[in-house]
Amino acid sequence: MIITVILKKLRAAVADLLPIVLVIAFFQIVVLKQPLPHMGEVLFGTLLVVVGLTLFVQGLEMGLFPIGETMAHALARKGSLFWLLCFAFALGFSTTVAEPALIAVAAEAAEIAGKGGLIDPGQESLQRYAFGLRMSVAFSVGLAILIGVMRIIRGWPIHYLIIGGYVLVMLMTIIAPDEIIGIAYDAGGVTTSTITVPLVAALGVGLASIIKGRSPLVDGFGLIAFASLLPMIFVMGYGVIIFG
Amino acid sequence: MGFIHDFSKILFATCRDVLPIILLITCFQLVVLRQPIPHLRRLVVGGVYVVLGLALFLAGLEKALFPLGKIMATQLSDPVFIYGAGKEVLQADWKAYGWVYLFAAMIGFATTIAEPSLIAVAYKANEVSAGTISQWGLRLTVAVGVAFGISLGTFRIVTGTPLYLYILIGYMIVIVQTLFAPKSIIPLAYDSGGVTTSTVTVPLVAALGLGLSATVPGRNPALDGFGLIAFASLCPIITVLGYSQFMHWRVQRKTKIREKRDAL
Repeated sequence: MIITVILKKLRAAVADLLPIVLVIAFFQIVVLKQPLPHMGEVLFGTLLVVVGLTLFVQGLEMGLFPIGETMAHALARKGSLFWLLCFAFALGFSTTVAEPALIAVAAEAAEIAGKGGLIDPGQESLQRYAFGLRMSVAFSVGLAILIGVMRIIRGWPIHYLIIGGYVLVMLMTIIAPDEIIGIAYDAGGVTTSTITVPLVAALGVGLASIIKGRSPLVDGFGLIAFASLLPMIFVMGYGVIIFG
Repeated sequence: MGFIHDFSKILFATCRDVLPIILLITCFQLVVLRQPIPHLRRLVVGGVYVVLGLALFLAGLEKALFPLGKIMATQLSDPVFIYGAGKEVLQADWKAYGWVYLFAAMIGFATTIAEPSLIAVAYKANEVSAGTISQWGLRLTVAVGVAFGISLGTFRIVTGTPLYLYILIGYMIVIVQTLFAPKSIIPLAYDSGGVTTSTVTVPLVAALGLGLSATVPGRNPALDGFGLIAFASLCPIITVLGYSQFMHWRVQRKTKIREKRDAL
């Protein structure tokens, strides 16, 4: 009984990974015409990936989704808007501020700005710039989750907010310096980590399912969309302020 | 021994990622909510599975697929491979990069299918919609969007056209689609833009972008290397909205035909 369940999950993980293996094998053998190096290591690594993905999906069902929904229900039942919004902001801010991908991108962005002569290329000023960038992204993600939770509670239609956000991005693009635009656009994508996404999704769906008059499908999703939109606006805003 | 060292480093990093979440939830439970968490044991076991699974997943990728994929990205964008050995190339010819576009599309598609956060959102969407949104349907649609996006992004790096033009046009398309798409799919479509780019996609795609912008004549990695991720988060919104519009239209047409037949 348990073995069939485990086998089924393992098979699902294999299906998830098959395309990536096929693409790499195809390009290696057919296009680049080279043998696959270190076959043993590649196979061992692939095995780890399959087992890891199976465990992760199992953990999602058992841990991450329920905890997100439990928190959403408990906070909604408590009835205090202040604490709910606090939780939303803290969740966005704290999971983003130490995100390794963001730290890497911020450091790289500082280097580019230093080379481009936009800021003083000294070590201290580069670090200050990178830190400011990280803080503005983390703050914007916190704010994004907060606005998203507000939207679920009030039932605002999402497209007005998102389209308004797009218009803001377009306007900021016109006034922002060229060197920051690429980074700003990418910042939207890198902020939401693999552990944050399921938690935030469960929080949204949990809230939408407990508040009267909200549908989980129409109102529960959309938090991640805000979390990828707002950082773009804030990073460009940071660029405008810093570079004058 | 080397592997155990690598794995414990990744496990440590994953734990550090989870730490703020654990602190936040504990803090809220103790200070604000002041009630016991139901099924605590199950939650903790699930949390351990998530951390352990993600660490194994990343360690395996680092060992098996990332090195190969990254080398491939640089090899494919190498001028020697594209133009043949011994040719001096001053101006990039966008027609010569066919394999690069194809690789970009296929790797974008394949990494999106393996992306754990997309699996999570598809799972939730399937559960919430009571099965009307199929997990594989959503994931395949998003993957097609990412494939197209990354491919277009590499084309942009090769031609050196400005990034903001593409993004602005993409936004226009999304806005127009939003006006016509079924309301229930809109939040999910917007979300699918943000979830596509994380642990699996970003490292490979970043390697491709940096490799290309370093080898294509006349490109500056500092300015042109960025932007692929932006494409990968924009295009899935368009494909998900488009697909749902198409399904909506087909259902409508079917009912119309049936109504006509019934009327006759």
